[in-house]
Amino acid sequence: MKILVPIKRTYDPNSKIKLKTDGSGIDTSNIKFVINTFDEIAVEEALRKKEEFGGEVVVVSVGTQEWIEQIRTALAMGADRGILVDTGGKYIDQVGIAKILAKIVEEEKPDLVIMGKQAIDDDANQVGQLLAGYLNWPQATFAYKVEVKPNEKKVTVVREVDGGLETVECELPAIITTDLRLNQPRYASLPGIMKAKQKPVKTIKVEDLGIDLTPKVKIEKLETPPPRKAGVKVKDVDEFIAKLKELKALPF
Amino acid sequence: MGILTVLETRNGELKKASLSAVTCARKISEITGLKYHLVIFSPNENSLEEVSYLGAEKVFVIRGEQFQNYTAENYALAIEKIVRDNGEKYVIATATTFGKDLLPRVAAKLSAGMVSEITEIIDDKTFKRLMYAGNIIATVKLESDIKVISVRGVAFDKAGKVDSKSQIEEVKISEKYEKKRFIKLEETKSERPELTEAQIVVSVGRGIKDPENIKLAEELADVLGAAIGASRAVVDAGWLPNDFQVGQTGKTVAPQLYIAIGISGAIQHIAGMKDSKVIAAINKDPEAPIFQIADVGLVADLFQVVPELTQKLKKLKEQAGA
Repeated sequence: MKILVPIKRTYDPNSKIKLKTDGSGIDTSNIKFVINTFDEIAVEEALRKKEEFGGEVVVVSVGTQEWIEQIRTALAMGADRGILVDTGGKYIDQVGIAKILAKIVEEEKPDLVIMGKQAIDDDANQVGQLLAGYLNWPQATFAYKVEVKPNEKKVTVVREVDGGLETVECELPAIITTDLRLNQPRYASLPGIMKAKQKPVKTIKVEDLGIDLTPKVKIEKLETPPPRKAGVKVKDVDEFIAKLKELKALPF
Repeated sequence: MGILTVLETRNGELKKASLSAVTCARKISEITGLKYHLVIFSPNENSLEEVSYLGAEKVFVIRGEQFQNYTAENYALAIEKIVRDNGEKYVIATATTFGKDLLPRVAAKLSAGMVSEITEIIDDKTFKRLMYAGNIIATVKLESDIKVISVRGVAFDKAGKVDSKSQIEEVKISEKYEKKRFIKLEETKSERPELTEAQIVVSVGRGIKDPENIKLAEELADVLGAAIGASRAVVDAGWLPNDFQVGQTGKTVAPQLYIAIGISGAIQHIAGMKDSKVIAAINKDPEAPIFQIADVGLVADLFQVVPELTQKLKKLKEQAGA
């Protein structure tokens, strides 16, 4: 079983996000970069399926040379090889990223693509579904549990949906996007980190893919929302209730 | 040519969250002069009646065995056909798990661009949305011919009824997507209001220490007629289902009153509740970030004050005869 895992380099969720003073972008000077939370869960899930059924886990990133750091992290966790589609730092929207991934999928021909449901920077939650749409593959988003049946060429996925859990069955190849509770990603072991250095990472220049990447979505402006002001601290339950009454927040 | 709003149904019932998308469609209709249309799948009689009075020029109704249960694949096929046959310029839905799953696939089928979870409309192609767990507001321009938009529910009121009835058009779709099969939906049963619809939310964080203690929050919620929410830590620990999660990667809520119990206030949690009218917090750590955004803060041991609060509110409720 061959599994392709697209991963994104994003800010560490514990970092404080600030705009550059001229508002042109995020101030990255004090930010630590990691694999996007949900993509890390995707890497873990792919590794578990490989451990169960054998095969290969290939990670792919669409970004700059710096992103190799996150590809290496995934390799240290146990992925077999990496692909970097080098954008040279050019802005590419979600549609563009999905088109690039579709091209990589055509070349790699995986049985399964597992990826995060959303990147915690853009918070768009689009690329997995776009990719499935372009390829006309079945999609199982927001996965809570994934059960692959390689012999039947099928995968059963339990999905986190509003109001409960939904179970669907997809024919392979399929696209799965991960939700939080799917698994707890492993840490890279020291031998894993050493081994990762020897694993192959191929760089492809985005221009060489011959895709029209004119963005359909352009970012015009970034702002910081006005801060919500802290209110009062009260000393006991009676004051707590009195204050809520004063703010007309109670139904009685 | 118009604006197509996709409505969500479950077992034939209209999901009220969809009405936020209708409000968004009305606003875009005012700006562009385009008429808005609705599409609904397998509605029951009541739901069809209800959506016939939302002011749409037309309501497209889709039925068929492949639409009995939702799958993004079959729904996208149907929506693509309606958009192409009617020359629709916008496709809009509320960003519930339904809208989030479906719309990007529709965008792919239509070679359209998409903007996720808009909070504000600037003009016919410019919108505001949040990024970085709500720490950044982005103004984005959508430049594709057909524009796909998901709407953040709390940012748009639910559309109300109008007097005139829309034209109803049944659309026959014979195509069927064969590579995916719906198996089952296990719904979380709850007597309490739905999290995203509730006027009051009582949310629990790691400070609750043990899943057994969640009942303290539930007792408070029941006095207030509130929904229960949770921080990611509580969901991660498996103490409550993901469905309860408020935050960047969970649900966004904006109730009249949000009571945070034992929640420290991580950035990603605040992203999901900071638009609440009144935020009240109970936490034993005076330095907890939640107090920086709370209108009312009580630094105390939740195991003492939450039962006391429940008792006192209960009395108050009885006095009010509610």
